[in-house]
Amino acid sequence: MAGFILAVSFGILAVEAGFSPLAAIVFSAIVFAGSAQFASISIVGAGGGAGAAVAAATLMNSRFVPMSAAVGPSFSGGPLKRAAKGQTVVDASWAMSSRGDGTFDEQLLIGASAIAYATWVSGTVVGAIWGDKLGDPSSFGLDAIFPAFFFGLLLNELRSRRARGVAALGAATALVLVPITPPGVPVLVASLASLVGLSRRARAEVLERQEAEGEPR
Amino acid sequence: MSTPAIVIAGCCAITAAIKAVGPVALGGRELPTWFTSVVILLSPALLAALVATQAFAQGDHLALDADTAGVAAGGLVIWRTGSIIACVVLAAAVTAAVRAL
Repeated sequence: MAGFILAVSFGILAVEAGFSPLAAIVFSAIVFAGSAQFASISIVGAGGGAGAAVAAATLMNSRFVPMSAAVGPSFSGGPLKRAAKGQTVVDASWAMSSRGDGTFDEQLLIGASAIAYATWVSGTVVGAIWGDKLGDPSSFGLDAIFPAFFFGLLLNELRSRRARGVAALGAATALVLVPITPPGVPVLVASLASLVGLSRRARAEVLERQEAEGEPR
Repeated sequence: MSTPAIVIAGCCAITAAIKAVGPVALGGRELPTWFTSVVILLSPALLAALVATQAFAQGDHLALDADTAGVAAGGLVIWRTGSIIACVVLAAAVTAAVRAL
């Protein structure tokens, strides 16, 4: 349900950002990565270029490298089949199908992703085609929907003190750059705050967690 | 090509590559620790920057306006209730209400 509302607002806001209804639907159908799509249209909507929009989406999607690498050994089939199955990984299905011992339920993952895909694409269709019947999206406060959604995702990420520091640094960096750089650049530069992860203590904690997860339960 | 076409084609190619590299190239091998450590922190950095710029920036200047209030209200709701649906609905409602004043 929340997924459907987000998809409808994505459709409406993509059209508002200058995408044709068909382009908005194709975007959801072939990219199928909600937060990356929202990040890229918000940069286009703010006047940023295509390069900055794709770069922001790439950074947003980089989390799928470790996520799909974790799932990899649980997929059956040859390299091509595994690559195709890797395309189905999204946040919710990945979390749902994790058995907690480092392996994943392949069928559950693909099934959950199929439902999420149908919801995401059908919501985009509704928003992109019928959104303009609503009138001006800003009079409904629709432009606040995805920053609020990102805020929700952000709160989930703030469990460690280091993550809270990085978030504060990222936000401050972006706001300082808004008046002095072209649109899209502030968010990209803010992502450099994640380089705090290169510190010796951050790496040591990742190792510790990986070793704790690798132990038999 | 128009901006939307480039954005869609670029996102499509890169997302597909990102999701394929794990199961195929790595095939169970461990990622280097420094990489995982940075990727874990990319989400808070990017999300915070996106929330801040959308809530506080209007074009190339900083401004407090209706969506600042809406996003703050949404944040409060998700923090207290954990409901993403209540969060986005209230954020839109508060923004619309403040704008209508």
